[in-house]
Amino acid sequence: MSPDNGRNAAAAVLEPITSGSGKRFSLRLEYDSSRTRSPWWTPIVSIILALLLCALFIGVNGMNPVLVYEKMFRGAFGTTYGLTETMVKAIPLLLCGLGIAVAYRISVWNIGAEGQLTVGVMAATAVTIYFPNLSSFWSLSLMLLFSIAAGALWGLLTAIPRTHFGVNELITSLMLNYVALLALDYVVFGPWKDPKGFNFPGSPMFTAAQSLPVLGSTRLHIGLLFGLIAVVIYYLMIRFTKWGYELRLIGANPVAARYAGIHIKRHIIIVMLISGGLAGIAGMAEVSGVTHKLMQGISPGYGYTAIIVAWLAKLNPLGLIVTSILFGGLIVGGYSVQTIGLPSSISEMLQGSILFFLIAGDMIYRFRIRRSGVQLKGGR
Amino acid sequence: MDFTTQLLIAAISAGTPLLLATLGGILNERAGIIQLGAEGLMLMGAVTTCIVYIRSGNLLLALLATVAVTALLGLLHSFLCVTLRANQTMSGLAMTLFGSGLSAYLGKPISGIPLPGTSPKLHLAWLENVPVIGRIFGNMDYLTWFSLLLVLVLHLLIHRTSWGLHLRAVGDSPATADVMGIRVQLIRYSYVIIGAALIGLAGADMVLAYAPTWNEGLTAGRGWIAVGLVIFARWNPLRALFCAYFFGALDSLGFRIQLLGSAVPPYFLKMIPYLVTILVLMYLGYRNRNKPSGTPEALGVPYIREQRF
Repeated sequence: MSPDNGRNAAAAVLEPITSGSGKRFSLRLEYDSSRTRSPWWTPIVSIILALLLCALFIGVNGMNPVLVYEKMFRGAFGTTYGLTETMVKAIPLLLCGLGIAVAYRISVWNIGAEGQLTVGVMAATAVTIYFPNLSSFWSLSLMLLFSIAAGALWGLLTAIPRTHFGVNELITSLMLNYVALLALDYVVFGPWKDPKGFNFPGSPMFTAAQSLPVLGSTRLHIGLLFGLIAVVIYYLMIRFTKWGYELRLIGANPVAARYAGIHIKRHIIIVMLISGGLAGIAGMAEVSGVTHKLMQGISPGYGYTAIIVAWLAKLNPLGLIVTSILFGGLIVGGYSVQTIGLPSSISEMLQGSILFFLIAGDMIYRFRIRRSGVQLKGGR
Repeated sequence: MDFTTQLLIAAISAGTPLLLATLGGILNERAGIIQLGAEGLMLMGAVTTCIVYIRSGNLLLALLATVAVTALLGLLHSFLCVTLRANQTMSGLAMTLFGSGLSAYLGKPISGIPLPGTSPKLHLAWLENVPVIGRIFGNMDYLTWFSLLLVLVLHLLIHRTSWGLHLRAVGDSPATADVMGIRVQLIRYSYVIIGAALIGLAGADMVLAYAPTWNEGLTAGRGWIAVGLVIFARWNPLRALFCAYFFGALDSLGFRIQLLGSAVPPYFLKMIPYLVTILVLMYLGYRNRNKPSGTPEALGVPYIREQRF
């Protein structure tokens, strides 16, 4: 064995086998850089492995993981109520996930969807507070417009430091999440507090004209359509427009794209405007479709969950629909295990571990095991 | 005590977890691996400290457990980033999400239970009588002294020893380091693990010196502020000291202004550290737009021996 084999993790020799004549064979893990696209099954395997890992934690805590998972699954998909609730949770995940996917296409790591959603919620509520007597059409349109503008502005606050000052967008977007949440606290405890609300923090209830229509007697609201329309537009834009082509080009090779004369800074700004705007819509849909009033903790971390939703879908629009429903189910399932005394953070734990297995799996796929005689002649 | 002294004491108390986390981040990034999981690691460190301390009543055991747990998470991060060459950004995000979920899950049963004690203080009787310095340094706890000592040790280690030279070489040009016979992967693994353990201790310090009880998400973004502080400090432990205390001061300034009966709503005062983080980063970016920022040159780039760049 040559002296550097032991330390060479890139081509680790798993099992050197020495044959009689001095010619040596070994199993080598080789990095195959041609395998850039990961297979479709890594998300599924990651989910299974994450379920197994968390089963371990649940088991250690003295619960039967099979029962817990069954409870979660039934709670999320087993009843009509559960199913529609899952869809309700999937709406903001789909919209935020779509926005995140647009940004991630060109490696803009927006993790500020939570804050962008929050300012969207606030903008929509501002319409109900300052223009209380509009007709249903005008009220909802204005709310949508305001929330898109607010979300896009919040996205711009992340984009400008990145493009003009070279500030990492991860830090900026996350700091702005905390700022947005504090601003939300301020308005619900301060100027927008419902005077008839028995001193509970929160805005006055929205009127029927300020609420999105719902499907029958469920809580499933028309925001679902916003999400689906956005997916279709995203797909068409990416696939068939010059802009989409440029995005794909930057995503594939930013250096080449710059030499090709593509204005990357402008793309970063556009992408963050879209990303923020979509999260803003999610906020408007949530407040006027589900909660019907501004309150604290309006989002159980949709913006963060949407990161995993987007990554699990491999930024693919159709995949986004599937993964957002799945994660909607995970959130609802997380609530339903609370009845048997488990904290709902179990679903966050699952989300984090799914992401771990996914990024590991995507990379493991790029290694191939090769049996080779060790006759290194230098070079590749 | 006058306002300034009080603010200084508060700045050190609030700045120590930031300092520990920043030093951990510096070690990670000097070795060329981005650590965005600081928030998750701090939360895991905090919850481990609380659980073990409450269950066993032994502070030392709690701190050892914290180091062990977060070092294990560091091992995971380095396995993903060094061996598998995974996307370091995504691995860090996964660490944060997993850490906040798992810490909330594990911490649920002990939520709100006060710890049996705080971090023990080192009384220096001879120092306590000196006017201002005595009040600040005569009564600090062991973890704070440890962080100060660590600043000195890391400064000397990075800039004055051959180990530090190896570390810098690995972070700046792993290929060159490899040719020189430095074990790139081993060094990356070690520093990522040590760095993660330091960030875990930062979480421990938050509960021991700052808020002696577990609450879900109690770090409130301080892990991320530490990620920003690594950049302000330009990967230098001595600068990290001043940056961390500056932010510690900002953190407690809002609270103090509130105590003075300011008309500004507290929510806006609480925004100060987050906004200042962004503004300082923007200022640094603007000022250093035409010069090298001090970033380790191979930061975020996985090293593959047989692949040319």
